[in-house]
Amino acid sequence: MIASALFFYLFSGVAIASSLMVISSRNPVHSVLFLILTFVNAAGLFIMAGAEFLGLLLIVVYVGAVAVLFLFVVMMLDVDFAELRQGYLQYLPIGLFVGIVLLVELLAVVGSWVVAPAVENTTSQPIPDVAETRNIEALGNILYTDYIFFFQIAGIILLVAMIGAIVLTLHHKPNVRRQNINEQVARDPKTAIRNVKIRSGEGL
Amino acid sequence: MEIGLSHYLSVSAVIFTIGMIGIFLNRKNILIILMSIELILLAVNINFVAFSQHLDDLMGQVFALFVLTVAAAEAAIGLAILVVFFRNKGSIAVEDVSSMKG
Repeated sequence: MIASALFFYLFSGVAIASSLMVISSRNPVHSVLFLILTFVNAAGLFIMAGAEFLGLLLIVVYVGAVAVLFLFVVMMLDVDFAELRQGYLQYLPIGLFVGIVLLVELLAVVGSWVVAPAVENTTSQPIPDVAETRNIEALGNILYTDYIFFFQIAGIILLVAMIGAIVLTLHHKPNVRRQNINEQVARDPKTAIRNVKIRSGEGL
Repeated sequence: MEIGLSHYLSVSAVIFTIGMIGIFLNRKNILIILMSIELILLAVNINFVAFSQHLDDLMGQVFALFVLTVAAAEAAIGLAILVVFFRNKGSIAVEDVSSMKG
Protein backbone atom coordinates (compact mmCIF):
# COMPACT_ATOMS: atom_id res chain seq x y z
CA MET A 1 0.00 0.00 0.00
CA ILE A 2 2.80 2.37 0.94
CA ALA A 3 4.73 1.36 -2.14
CA SER A 4 1.80 2.03 -4.47
CA ALA A 5 1.26 5.44 -2.88
CA LEU A 6 4.96 6.24 -3.30
CA PHE A 7 4.84 5.18 -6.94
CA PHE A 8 1.74 7.27 -7.51
CA TYR A 9 3.45 10.36 -6.12
CA LEU A 10 6.61 9.61 -8.07
CA PHE A 11 4.76 9.25 -11.39
CA SER A 12 2.44 12.19 -10.85
CA GLY A 13 5.21 14.43 -9.52
CA VAL A 14 7.51 13.76 -12.44
CA ALA A 15 4.60 14.10 -14.89
CA ILE A 16 3.62 17.50 -13.50
CA ALA A 17 7.20 18.76 -13.29
CA SER A 18 8.01 17.69 -16.83
CA SER A 19 4.78 19.13 -18.22
CA LEU A 20 5.79 22.42 -16.58
CA MET A 21 9.10 22.14 -18.40
CA VAL A 22 7.27 21.51 -21.69
CA ILE A 23 5.70 24.94 -21.62
CA SER A 24 8.63 26.83 -20.08
CA SER A 25 11.65 25.34 -21.79
CA ARG A 26 13.64 27.63 -24.07
CA ASN A 27 14.52 25.06 -26.65
CA PRO A 28 11.58 23.31 -28.40
CA VAL A 29 13.63 20.13 -28.70
CA HIS A 30 13.81 20.04 -24.91
CA SER A 31 10.06 20.67 -24.83
CA VAL A 32 9.47 17.58 -26.95
CA LEU A 33 11.75 15.48 -24.80
CA PHE A 34 9.95 16.63 -21.66
CA LEU A 35 6.66 15.83 -23.40
CA ILE A 36 7.95 12.27 -23.85
CA LEU A 37 8.82 12.13 -20.14
CA THR A 38 5.33 13.35 -19.27
CA PHE A 39 3.72 10.66 -21.40
CA VAL A 40 5.90 7.89 -19.98
CA ASN A 41 4.95 8.89 -16.43
CA ALA A 42 1.28 9.19 -17.39
CA ALA A 43 1.57 5.67 -18.77
CA GLY A 44 2.78 4.62 -15.33
CA LEU A 45 -0.29 6.27 -13.80
CA PHE A 46 -2.54 4.45 -16.28
CA ILE A 47 -0.99 1.12 -15.40
CA MET A 48 -1.43 1.85 -11.69
CA ALA A 49 -5.11 2.58 -12.36
CA GLY A 50 -5.51 -0.83 -13.96
CA ALA A 51 -5.57 0.30 -17.59
CA GLU A 52 -2.51 -1.67 -18.68
CA PHE A 53 -3.32 -1.74 -22.36
CA LEU A 54 -3.92 2.01 -22.52
CA GLY A 55 -0.69 2.65 -20.61
CA LEU A 56 1.35 0.64 -23.07
CA LEU A 57 -0.57 2.16 -25.96
CA LEU A 58 0.33 5.61 -24.68
CA ILE A 59 4.00 4.70 -24.84
CA VAL A 60 3.72 3.14 -28.30
CA VAL A 61 1.55 5.81 -29.89
CA TYR A 62 2.78 8.95 -28.19
CA VAL A 63 6.42 8.26 -27.44
CA GLY A 64 6.88 6.14 -30.54
CA ALA A 65 4.92 8.15 -33.08
CA VAL A 66 3.56 11.53 -32.06
CA ALA A 67 6.57 12.77 -30.08
CA VAL A 68 8.97 11.62 -32.79
CA LEU A 69 6.79 13.44 -35.33
CA PHE A 70 7.10 16.59 -33.24
CA LEU A 71 10.84 16.07 -32.99
CA PHE A 72 11.12 15.70 -36.77
CA VAL A 73 9.17 18.89 -37.38
CA VAL A 74 11.12 20.87 -34.77
CA MET A 75 14.41 19.84 -36.28
CA MET A 76 13.22 20.24 -39.87
CA LEU A 77 11.99 23.81 -39.51
CA ASP A 78 14.70 26.40 -39.54
CA VAL A 79 13.02 28.85 -37.18
CA ASP A 80 14.49 31.38 -34.80
CA PHE A 81 12.75 30.13 -31.70
CA ALA A 82 14.20 32.88 -29.50
CA GLU A 83 12.25 35.41 -31.52
CA LEU A 84 9.06 33.46 -30.97
CA ARG A 85 9.60 33.64 -27.23
CA GLN A 86 9.26 37.41 -27.20
CA GLY A 87 6.25 38.45 -25.19
CA TYR A 88 6.54 35.36 -23.02
CA LEU A 89 6.73 37.46 -19.86
CA GLN A 90 4.13 39.85 -21.18
CA TYR A 91 1.53 37.10 -21.22
CA LEU A 92 2.70 35.58 -17.93
CA PRO A 93 0.36 37.55 -15.60
CA ILE A 94 -2.83 36.88 -17.55
CA GLY A 95 -1.82 33.28 -18.18
CA LEU A 96 -1.07 32.66 -14.52
CA PHE A 97 -4.27 34.39 -13.48
CA VAL A 98 -6.48 32.30 -15.77
CA GLY A 99 -4.55 29.17 -14.86
CA ILE A 100 -4.83 29.68 -11.12
CA VAL A 101 -8.54 30.47 -11.34
CA LEU A 102 -9.09 27.36 -13.44
CA LEU A 103 -7.02 25.19 -11.11
CA VAL A 104 -8.79 26.44 -7.99
CA GLU A 105 -12.16 25.79 -9.61
CA LEU A 106 -11.20 22.31 -10.76
CA LEU A 107 -9.76 21.37 -7.38
CA ALA A 108 -12.83 22.75 -5.61
CA VAL A 109 -14.99 20.55 -7.81
CA VAL A 110 -12.76 17.52 -7.22
CA GLY A 111 -12.73 18.10 -3.47
CA SER A 112 -16.42 18.63 -2.93
CA TRP A 113 -17.80 16.19 -5.44
CA VAL A 114 -19.19 12.74 -4.61
CA VAL A 115 -20.53 9.95 -6.81
CA ALA A 116 -24.29 9.63 -6.66
CA PRO A 117 -25.23 6.28 -5.09
CA ALA A 118 -27.42 5.33 -8.04
CA VAL A 119 -24.43 5.47 -10.40
CA GLU A 120 -23.17 2.13 -9.10
CA ASN A 121 -26.15 0.44 -10.77
CA THR A 122 -25.66 2.02 -14.18
CA THR A 123 -22.37 0.36 -15.07
CA SER A 124 -22.54 -0.48 -18.75
CA GLN A 125 -19.41 -2.62 -19.12
CA PRO A 126 -18.29 -4.01 -15.75
CA ILE A 127 -14.56 -4.72 -15.55
CA PRO A 128 -14.16 -8.51 -15.27
CA ASP A 129 -11.98 -10.09 -12.60
CA VAL A 130 -8.33 -9.55 -13.50
CA ALA A 131 -7.43 -13.07 -12.46
CA GLU A 132 -9.71 -14.51 -15.14
CA THR A 133 -9.69 -11.93 -17.92
CA ARG A 134 -6.77 -9.65 -18.50
CA ASN A 135 -7.29 -5.97 -19.27
CA ILE A 136 -6.38 -6.21 -22.95
CA GLU A 137 -8.62 -9.25 -23.38
CA ALA A 138 -11.56 -7.56 -21.70
CA LEU A 139 -11.04 -4.42 -23.77
CA GLY A 140 -10.86 -6.45 -26.98
CA ASN A 141 -13.98 -8.38 -26.04
CA ILE A 142 -16.11 -5.28 -25.99
CA LEU A 143 -14.21 -3.22 -28.57
CA TYR A 144 -14.69 -5.76 -31.34
CA THR A 145 -18.31 -6.58 -30.49
CA ASP A 146 -20.39 -3.83 -28.93
CA TYR A 147 -18.28 -0.93 -30.14
CA ILE A 148 -17.19 -2.23 -33.51
CA PHE A 149 -18.71 0.72 -35.39
CA PHE A 150 -16.88 3.22 -33.21
CA PHE A 151 -13.73 1.24 -33.73
CA GLN A 152 -14.19 1.38 -37.50
CA ILE A 153 -14.89 5.11 -37.34
CA ALA A 154 -11.66 5.59 -35.38
CA GLY A 155 -9.87 3.74 -38.16
CA ILE A 156 -11.46 5.99 -40.77
CA ILE A 157 -10.39 9.06 -38.79
CA LEU A 158 -6.81 7.83 -38.80
CA LEU A 159 -7.02 7.07 -42.53
CA VAL A 160 -8.34 10.55 -43.27
CA ALA A 161 -5.60 12.06 -41.11
CA MET A 162 -2.95 10.08 -42.95
CA ILE A 163 -4.25 11.01 -46.40
CA GLY A 164 -4.69 14.62 -45.33
CA ALA A 165 -1.16 14.88 -44.01
CA ILE A 166 0.26 13.36 -47.19
CA VAL A 167 -1.83 15.57 -49.48
CA LEU A 168 -0.85 18.68 -47.52
CA THR A 169 2.88 18.10 -47.39
CA LEU A 170 3.53 16.39 -50.72
CA HIS A 171 4.63 18.89 -53.28
CA HIS A 172 6.30 18.48 -56.63
CA LYS A 173 9.10 20.84 -57.38
CA PRO A 174 9.10 22.23 -60.90
CA ASN A 175 12.19 21.51 -63.02
CA VAL A 176 12.52 18.03 -61.65
CA ARG A 177 12.29 15.31 -64.26
CA ARG A 178 10.11 12.50 -63.01
CA GLN A 179 9.38 9.08 -64.31
CA ASN A 180 6.17 8.98 -66.37
CA ILE A 181 5.12 5.39 -66.27
CA ASN A 182 2.22 5.78 -68.71
CA GLU A 183 4.51 7.25 -71.30
CA GLN A 184 7.01 4.49 -70.83
CA VAL A 185 4.44 1.74 -71.09
CA ALA A 186 2.87 3.31 -74.19
CA ARG A 187 6.12 3.19 -76.14
CA ASP A 188 6.23 0.83 -79.10
CA PRO A 189 8.95 0.05 -81.63
CA LYS A 190 7.31 2.17 -84.33
CA THR A 191 7.72 5.44 -82.50
CA ALA A 192 10.68 4.56 -80.34
CA ILE A 193 13.12 3.44 -83.02
CA ARG A 194 14.21 5.56 -85.92
CA ASN A 195 16.34 4.27 -88.76
CA VAL A 196 18.81 6.74 -90.15
CA LYS A 197 20.90 6.21 -93.19
CA ILE A 198 24.29 7.73 -92.85
CA ARG A 199 26.45 8.23 -95.79
CA SER A 200 30.03 7.30 -95.25
CA GLY A 201 32.33 10.16 -94.45
CA GLU A 202 29.64 12.68 -93.52
CA GLY A 203 28.45 11.86 -90.03
CA LEU A 204 25.04 12.51 -88.65
CA MET B 1 -2.66 6.19 2.57
CA GLU B 2 -5.17 5.08 -0.02
CA ILE B 3 -4.76 6.45 -3.54
CA GLY B 4 -8.29 7.16 -4.69
CA LEU B 5 -10.21 8.87 -7.43
CA SER B 6 -9.58 12.38 -6.13
CA HIS B 7 -5.81 11.91 -6.34
CA TYR B 8 -6.02 11.06 -10.02
CA LEU B 9 -8.47 13.87 -10.68
CA SER B 10 -6.16 16.37 -8.96
CA VAL B 11 -3.17 15.30 -11.07
CA SER B 12 -5.31 15.56 -14.17
CA ALA B 13 -6.55 19.02 -13.14
CA VAL B 14 -2.98 20.23 -12.63
CA ILE B 15 -1.81 18.91 -16.00
CA PHE B 16 -4.88 20.40 -17.70
CA THR B 17 -4.11 23.78 -16.16
CA ILE B 18 -0.46 23.59 -17.19
CA GLY B 19 -1.55 22.91 -20.76
CA MET B 20 -3.92 25.85 -20.59
CA ILE B 21 -1.21 28.20 -19.28
CA GLY B 22 1.12 26.89 -21.98
CA ILE B 23 -1.27 28.13 -24.66
CA PHE B 24 -1.32 31.56 -23.05
CA LEU B 25 2.43 31.84 -22.54
CA ASN B 26 3.58 30.57 -25.92
CA ARG B 27 1.09 32.46 -28.01
CA LYS B 28 3.55 33.00 -30.82
CA ASN B 29 4.80 29.47 -31.20
CA ILE B 30 2.35 27.06 -32.82
CA LEU B 31 4.56 24.08 -31.99
CA ILE B 32 4.35 24.62 -28.25
CA ILE B 33 0.62 25.30 -28.57
CA LEU B 34 0.19 21.90 -30.24
CA MET B 35 2.19 20.30 -27.42
CA SER B 36 -0.03 22.06 -24.88
CA ILE B 37 -3.08 20.62 -26.60
CA GLU B 38 -1.51 17.18 -26.29
CA LEU B 39 -1.07 17.82 -22.56
CA ILE B 40 -4.72 18.83 -22.23
CA LEU B 41 -5.87 15.68 -24.01
CA LEU B 42 -3.61 13.62 -21.76
CA ALA B 43 -5.30 15.16 -18.73
CA VAL B 44 -8.68 14.23 -20.18
CA ASN B 45 -7.47 10.67 -20.65
CA ILE B 46 -6.26 10.44 -17.07
CA ASN B 47 -9.74 11.52 -16.01
CA PHE B 48 -11.39 8.83 -18.11
CA VAL B 49 -9.10 6.10 -16.81
CA ALA B 50 -9.52 7.21 -13.19
CA PHE B 51 -13.30 7.14 -13.48
CA SER B 52 -13.14 3.80 -15.26
CA GLN B 53 -11.25 2.36 -12.30
CA HIS B 54 -13.45 4.01 -9.70
CA LEU B 55 -16.80 3.06 -11.23
CA ASP B 56 -15.52 -0.37 -12.27
CA ASP B 57 -16.67 0.31 -15.83
CA LEU B 58 -14.58 -0.53 -18.88
CA MET B 59 -16.37 2.04 -21.00
CA GLY B 60 -14.05 4.79 -19.76
CA GLN B 61 -11.04 2.98 -21.15
CA VAL B 62 -12.75 2.46 -24.50
CA PHE B 63 -13.49 6.17 -24.66
CA ALA B 64 -9.92 7.02 -23.68
CA LEU B 65 -8.78 4.85 -26.59
CA PHE B 66 -10.88 6.92 -29.00
CA VAL B 67 -9.60 10.17 -27.50
CA LEU B 68 -6.09 8.85 -28.10
CA THR B 69 -6.97 8.14 -31.73
CA VAL B 70 -8.34 11.60 -32.32
CA ALA B 71 -5.35 13.18 -30.56
CA ALA B 72 -2.93 11.33 -32.81
CA ALA B 73 -4.86 12.34 -35.93
CA GLU B 74 -4.98 15.94 -34.75
CA ALA B 75 -1.24 16.02 -34.12
CA ALA B 76 -0.52 14.63 -37.59
CA ILE B 77 -2.80 17.09 -39.38
CA GLY B 78 -1.66 20.01 -37.24
CA LEU B 79 2.00 19.35 -37.93
CA ALA B 80 1.29 18.90 -41.65
CA ILE B 81 -0.45 22.28 -41.75
CA LEU B 82 2.47 23.75 -39.83
CA VAL B 83 4.98 22.42 -42.36
CA VAL B 84 2.97 23.77 -45.30
CA PHE B 85 2.61 27.12 -43.57
CA PHE B 86 6.33 27.30 -42.87
CA ARG B 87 7.08 26.45 -46.50
CA ASN B 88 4.89 29.32 -47.69
CA LYS B 89 5.71 31.99 -45.13
CA GLY B 90 9.10 31.04 -43.73
CA SER B 91 7.94 31.39 -40.16
CA ILE B 92 5.62 29.70 -37.70
CA ALA B 93 4.54 32.80 -35.79
CA VAL B 94 0.86 32.83 -34.99
CA GLU B 95 0.42 36.47 -36.01
CA ASP B 96 1.38 35.70 -39.59
CA VAL B 97 -1.48 33.22 -39.86
CA SER B 98 -4.00 36.03 -40.11
CA SER B 99 -2.64 36.85 -43.56
CA MET B 100 -4.10 33.55 -44.77
CA LYS B 101 -7.68 34.75 -44.60
CA GLY B 102 -9.60 35.53 -47.75
